[in-house]
Order: sequence, then C-alpha cells, then structure tokens
Amino acid sequence: MRDITLGQYVAGNSVIHKLDPRTKIAMMILYIVMTFLVKKIWFMAIPFAYLVLELILSGISLRYIVNSLKPIRFLLIFMFLLNLFFTSGEHVWLDLGFWKLTGEAVMQSCFLSVRIILLVAGASMLTLTTSPIALTDGIERLFMPLKVFHFPAHELAMMMTIALRFVPTLMDESEKIRNAQMSRGADFESGNIFKRVKSMIPILIPLFVSSFRKADELATAMESRCYHGGDGRTRLHQLRFQKTDLFAILITLLFVAVLIVTLVLFS
Amino acid sequence: MSIVIDHLTFAYTEGGKKLEPTLKDLTFTIEEGSFLGIIGHTGSGKSTFVKHLNGLIPCEKGTVTVDGHDLSDKAERRIVRSLVGMVFQYPEYQLFAESVFEDVAFGPRNMKLDADEVKKRVEHAMELVGLEPERFSARSPFELSGGERRRAAIAGVLAMQPKYLVLDEPMAGLDPLGRKEILTLLEKLRTESGCTVIMISHSMDDIANHATKVLVLEQGSVFAYDTPRAVFLRAEELQRIGLSVPSVTKICIALQKKGVQIPASICTEQALIDWFKEGNFHA
Repeated sequence: MRDITLGQYVAGNSVIHKLDPRTKIAMMILYIVMTFLVKKIWFMAIPFAYLVLELILSGISLRYIVNSLKPIRFLLIFMFLLNLFFTSGEHVWLDLGFWKLTGEAVMQSCFLSVRIILLVAGASMLTLTTSPIALTDGIERLFMPLKVFHFPAHELAMMMTIALRFVPTLMDESEKIRNAQMSRGADFESGNIFKRVKSMIPILIPLFVSSFRKADELATAMESRCYHGGDGRTRLHQLRFQKTDLFAILITLLFVAVLIVTLVLFS
Repeated sequence: MSIVIDHLTFAYTEGGKKLEPTLKDLTFTIEEGSFLGIIGHTGSGKSTFVKHLNGLIPCEKGTVTVDGHDLSDKAERRIVRSLVGMVFQYPEYQLFAESVFEDVAFGPRNMKLDADEVKKRVEHAMELVGLEPERFSARSPFELSGGERRRAAIAGVLAMQPKYLVLDEPMAGLDPLGRKEILTLLEKLRTESGCTVIMISHSMDDIANHATKVLVLEQGSVFAYDTPRAVFLRAEELQRIGLSVPSVTKICIALQKKGVQIPASICTEQALIDWFKEGNFHA
C-alpha cells in the first residue's frame, strides 16, 4: 500500500516547479486536448515530444513516471487484448478460423495504449511538480468566476486540501489497525472473495471511527483559529502570473498549432 | 522456554532503497516469567523490535525464536501469534465490534476455539481487566469511557491467553489511577498465570518498580540489558543518550552530592524505605 505514487509530489526548484499552478492546469488541459485530437499513432509523436520536453525541464526522474504507470498496467493489458480481439480489418496477419488477427487491430491496440500511457504520464507530471496545496489554490482561483452562480469554490478547494492532507495519515492508521488485528489472529490473505471482504470489517470500522474523530478535532482546531469560510480571507502566498507562465502557455499553444497543421496536411 | 533473539538486524525500505538499519545486531534471550521493560529514546527502534516478536515484521537478517518456533517460517508465525499477545499504543482505536463481548471474542474465535471455551475466556479476560461481564458484555465499545475502552482492548488480547504479553506504552494518556490499574493487572498476570510481560515505557519509575530486566535500546543497538538496579546505576550514561533515571534514584544522587552516604543503586520507593529502616542513614 505504501508505494502508491499517484498524486505524489516531488519537491524541486525547476522552471516547471516554479510555474503558477493555474498555468500548469491549463497546460495539462491543452495536452489532453492534443492527445485526443490525434487519430493515428504516428502523430502521437507531437504530444510525446511535449511530454519529454516537460520532463527534461522539470528534472523529474523517469522512475516516477514509470511508477505512476504501474497501477494501470492491468487496465492497459486488458484494453490491449480487448481491442486486439474486437477490431475488424482487412489486412489479415493470422487466421485461426474463429478469429482473425488483423494489422488494423494491432495498430488500434497500440494506439489506444499509447494514448492512455501519455494521458496518465501527463497527469502525473502535473501532480509530481505541483504541491497539493498549490494545486488546490490553483483550482480555487480557476473556479473563482463561478462564484457568481454561488459555486462554493473556496469550500471545494479546502475540502480537497484536507482530503489530500489526510491520505498519508489514514494510510498509517490503517497499517496500525491491520497490525493490531493480525496480532489477534486475523487472516487477510486466505479464503474466497466474500471471506476476504468480510475480513476487512475489523480494519474499516476503526478506520471510519478514527476519521470521524479526526474530522471533529480538526473542525474544532480550525474554528478556534477563527476559520469561518472563504469570505474576506486573505492569503500568505498570492498566486502571481509571471512572464515564464506566459511563455509556457505560448509554447504549449505552439505545440497545439503544429499538431493541428500536421493533422490537416496529412489527412 | 524463552524468546531467543539472535543477531537480529533490520532496515526499512523507502522508495526501493534501504535506509540506515533501525535494529543492529540484537542478540539476547527473554526468559520465561520475567518482566522485561524496554526503554529508549524516540526512534531507537523499540516499536520496530517488538513487531518482530510475533512476526508482524518478518526477520530479514538474524532470527527470533519463540518457544522453539522460528519466526522466519510463515506457518510457525500463525502459531506464535497465539503465543505472543500484542497490545499496541492506544489499543482502544482497534475496537470494532457491536458489543464488548464480540470484540474481546475476536482473538479466541480466530484461534478456532469452540463457543463454550470462547465465552469462558472472554468473561475471564473481562474480569481480569475489571469490566464485569454482566454489566459490560452487551454494551457497545464506543460508548465506554476512555479508560474502559483501553481495558476492553487489552481484554481482547488477554482472552487469547498468551504466554508472552507485549505492550507498547500501555499507559500513554491515562490518569494516575488508570496507570496503576494497568500495572497491577500486569503484575497479577505475571505472578498468577506465569505470563511473561514485555513492556515499552517512558516511565522510569514504572520500569524500576515492576521490571525484572531492562533493555535499553540506543539507535537500534543494545545499550544495556540487565536488572533495573544495574541499569539505573549508569545514570550519567543514560542521561547522555537522552534518557532519565527513576525519581528515587534522582533523590539518591542528589543526597550523595550533599555528602550523604547512600548507594545510587536504590531505584524503588520500597528499597529507599528499607534502606532508611535498616538504620543506614547518618546525617
């Protein structure tokens, strides 16, 4: 359980780290748009190049990206096989009678796998280079205009911050409770699926109880420090849009433009 | 029979890399029937060490053998879990069942005992910790007071009738009366059922009053493993590694400095009273 890297932040001092979180969110959205514009595997080279550029500039080790792909390996394999079996085509490579392996199927499987890998890797780039606090700050500011429609931007961001803050605490807690119940002879490893789900109850109930208790304590602590929601609240660290932010957005837009031109030229 | 720890070394892994060892080459034997007090600075490896005693952390280097059962063997670990009871810090946070009875019965049921035996053990364990079965059995563990919850959780471990009882700071956060109740219970278990008690504590007074042996851990190595008198005689060394001595020993040392001829090996109130009664005091 301890090696979950999804949403992990790696502290650093690179150009990418220093960008405004809003910029990085915008960059990621544009990047996702790019991967969805592409319909042929070869054109994936452009978003891929963008990702590589970002990776080099951020100084993040490739190991973290590989780790972030680990949790989706089964999904990838499943998707790959599914497309291999159910895509029809004309270029038959192998005929087994009941099923034909076609060149189109292989291409389609590879294409979708690459798209998923690029999407996850891109999303990881955002969380790897942006601290959870900066990320929620950015989200809060981006949602600010929606306040006109009474959208609770601040509350939403605060809830996300708290949730992220408690992930490691709850992981620790569940590890402790697990150890305690194992010492009382609990068995989490054998038996059929129903038995295993049932064996989780002695972990889940204490975990819920302690979450409620922690939430209650946190609420008291926040109130005793005069927290009363987002109205009139000022910030210690103001988000500021700088020249590098503008530059980063322009480069991203350049990549999008190049991609669109290539797609038009080669279609 | 005893717990034999032989050249035990352990290092945590983080991000695929081995960290500096938490436990370094521990070798000693915990004799049956003893009361072992474990002291050490925060991060000295106390909790990591006790997790090796029932195989929650599998041995990497070196071995731990409980009554001849080697803990590096997975099948043996299950047997040892019913021999070695483990009470963690703030054990009340592990309560989960609808009633105190059901919660205390969790351990014995996992041992596949029959219903009569389970009932007998649960009621016995509840009586031991001072929760009358008639009053508490049907109540929800979540409506008990803090001290009662702690005792209910300890009963859950005692109901397995372990030969060795390991407790990690069992008195943390309790009031003086609660502390005393737990210590009396441990003493009773040791003298009446011959249970070996292994307790981590930051209270030097409690260790001096109850332990027959003291293990001092310092940065993962054995700093001392001896009787409380012999360990607390090394007051200066203990202070250097961030530990302290029992308050009685502190008084003795202060008296020595004032020129009173008093041995610094006195570490319990009773021993101090006895010393005065024997007429050793000359002002």
